[in-house]
Amino acid sequence: MAESLFGANRQMAVDENLKIELGKQGVFVTTIQELYNWGRRSSIWPMQFGLACCAIEMIATTMARYDLARFGSEVFRPSPRQADLMIISGTVTKKMAPQVVRLYNQMAEPRYVIAMGACAISGGPFKQGYNVLKGIDRYIPVDVHIPGCPPRPEALIQAFMTLQKKIDGQHLTGEERPRHLDEQAPGEFPVPEFGEHDLDPPSNPGTWTVPKIIQ
Amino acid sequence: MKSVEEIKSAIEAAVPGATVSVVPNPAPTAQHSLLIGAERAIQIAEFLRDDGELALDFLSNVTGVDWLDKEISEKVKVTRQVPKSVDGVEQIVEETVEETRKRVELGYLEAVYHLYSVAKKHGPVVVRLRTANRTDQVELPSLTPIWRSAEFQEREIFDLFGIVFTGHPDLRRILMWDEFKDHPMRRDYVEPDDFEYEPTPHDEVLKRAQEHKAKVAAGEAIQ
Amino acid sequence: MSSSGIKTERLAGWNRPPVIESDGEGELLEVAMGPHHPSTHGVFRMDVVLDGERVIKLKPVFGYLHRNHEQLGQSQSYLANMPYTDRLDYFCSLTNNWAYALAVEKLAGQEVPERAEYLRVILAELTRVQNHASTIGFLLQEMGASGTPLMYAFREREKILDLFESLTGSRMMCNYMRFGGCRVDASPAWLDATRKVVDGLPAFIDEFERFLMTNEILIARCQGIGVLRPDLAVNAGISGPMLRASGVNYDIRKVDHYGIYDRFKFRVPLGDHGDIYDRYMVRMLEMRESISILKQALKELPTGPVMDPKAKIRNFRPKPGEVYGRIEAPKGELGFYLISDGSPNPYRYRIRPPSFINLTVLEDMCLGSNVADVVLIFGSVDIVLGEVDR
Repeated sequence: MAESLFGANRQMAVDENLKIELGKQGVFVTTIQELYNWGRRSSIWPMQFGLACCAIEMIATTMARYDLARFGSEVFRPSPRQADLMIISGTVTKKMAPQVVRLYNQMAEPRYVIAMGACAISGGPFKQGYNVLKGIDRYIPVDVHIPGCPPRPEALIQAFMTLQKKIDGQHLTGEERPRHLDEQAPGEFPVPEFGEHDLDPPSNPGTWTVPKIIQ
Repeated sequence: MKSVEEIKSAIEAAVPGATVSVVPNPAPTAQHSLLIGAERAIQIAEFLRDDGELALDFLSNVTGVDWLDKEISEKVKVTRQVPKSVDGVEQIVEETVEETRKRVELGYLEAVYHLYSVAKKHGPVVVRLRTANRTDQVELPSLTPIWRSAEFQEREIFDLFGIVFTGHPDLRRILMWDEFKDHPMRRDYVEPDDFEYEPTPHDEVLKRAQEHKAKVAAGEAIQ
Repeated sequence: MSSSGIKTERLAGWNRPPVIESDGEGELLEVAMGPHHPSTHGVFRMDVVLDGERVIKLKPVFGYLHRNHEQLGQSQSYLANMPYTDRLDYFCSLTNNWAYALAVEKLAGQEVPERAEYLRVILAELTRVQNHASTIGFLLQEMGASGTPLMYAFREREKILDLFESLTGSRMMCNYMRFGGCRVDASPAWLDATRKVVDGLPAFIDEFERFLMTNEILIARCQGIGVLRPDLAVNAGISGPMLRASGVNYDIRKVDHYGIYDRFKFRVPLGDHGDIYDRYMVRMLEMRESISILKQALKELPTGPVMDPKAKIRNFRPKPGEVYGRIEAPKGELGFYLISDGSPNPYRYRIRPPSFINLTVLEDMCLGSNVADVVLIFGSVDIVLGEVDR
């Protein structure tokens, strides 16, 4: 019974026109998956986590001009236990990287990461640095990347909407279900240690692999 | 404000045994500096701060500079006694030969202090302190007891260059983590191999990417 | 008493923070405030030792945003460093650009045309206004006013950022000054828009002050807290509004006479007590003085080129030498020390960061006060981590 209703293809049991007719009569028909995802994507609460210059654009996005609260992120919670989304805004340095991974581990599933700005994606303009981590996706999985230095507030809003679309398309069962519904997926990511010359390990093979250089 | 030579003579008059010399600055700003010896540095600093005319009570900036060892090759004319056979007879003859001698001028680490006066509204007076070499004799007296603003800046120089400031109240790393072993701003610092991805690598970056791939193949790095 | 009127009595051990004894009841609690903390303007950590609510010891720990700016500077040419100076104090990118351009112009002996100087002053003072407004907004947010004064401050900041964007191409990382002038000229339409914004600024500051000046909570939490003595301030290298709030009359615009600041009439506000309230009031008054400078500069702006025609842009190699150039940035004295050895890259590129040095006395100001005051005192120092860690 469960298989036929929440199967791999998300076709509804009810025809589209019938759905509209019923809607006019006051009967609302949907799938649990759509309802579940709608609730989750309309109330993403980010964590107040600003690292560097992109944090100022993030703050400007929450201010009166480019209000982010109308997309559902009503409050920015300082505590990771109460937040759904971590916006890595700014350069992640090697000194800060263990703390970022620890904070990510402390967030409760379902949790998402937006890498905002060039520095969070790949090290950015400070890539040739002995203390700069060349992209936060070396240690934690990232859902949306926003390029820019700093990205405009409108770009951050678009990233938010992209994340909302991604959440909308998540299945509840089957192969493609998200991490928080999968018992085999890792819940905690290993925290790097401070080594003598570099972080130890320099990257996490589970989340980041070296791209092939085609010559 | 006094010129650099006048400040030099004032220091020599006030602090006996002080070694002061003027380091000229060829730039248009003509901010010449005073190179002072490390033995009397604290007394000189106290004089500069407390003197009625100079009143340099504001230490604006402390900088560390790394000067590498320089290899100098010079051509020297050497007169030598050489045994030579002249007309079949062994004799000692004087000969003048040109030789190329190579010597190493030791590099040093330097701390440069920029001093201003809030009371008299003049400045800057630039003071330099040099270490003996870059390897083992890297100690300098700390001027934190005289000017408090040197506290964090000298810690930063210790962290990034490796100059040990004796007399500093709390000398430990400030910008890098405590377990870090190198001094990154030195000119001969080699960065760690943490693979920097480039879509079109060339020159230096290509060389490092190939070295990294060799390391992975040998099993020394994870990926 | 020295000639500038500052009392210079030397108390025993005055240049180290005093040692506070706990009253022996209960245990001491060690707390690490940060690096992830809602009120530490960025990734900054303070290791605080508490006796109940009182602070016994405080050690700041930074380096969490150390992006080796100086090493990058030494591996690139002089002009390539200009966009990196934007990212130092990321609120005030134009004053960072000006400090660097000033240092290099002194090193190479370049002249700057008059119109460029006026434009530099206009942009620097606009930067100062939006920086002080944001600082006060953040300070009030830490006091518990949960975002509303910050919204007012950011409303004005958005108007100023629109001006920056239409002139320089970017809201925050402007990269506008060059060695020998400015990158592009300002059109008459831009100047009209600026005049409109500047005319609206006094009304905004009046509104801001009306809400805040006699607010009971502000007065109770800020007056008498975090006192900084003037002699300690001078000796610790403090600069900017923090120094002037302690009563020391030292404004680099008046002392060094850089740019064309001699042509403008403006006053330098000084504080009496050196507490948080004085720092807040000094910033409010400085905003008003900046508006008066802006009005004068916009009226007297001459025509002409904005770039020195003799300036060499390609293959720029200043002669060997060194220079230390500094300006009055909104946070304090921002200086650049450059050593050139005749090559296209600087041999030594050093930034004198005002926020880093202003933190030297954080421990002295916070000892003996409550934990809640530590957050406010820290907010009144007005730091930006990009500058502290570089």
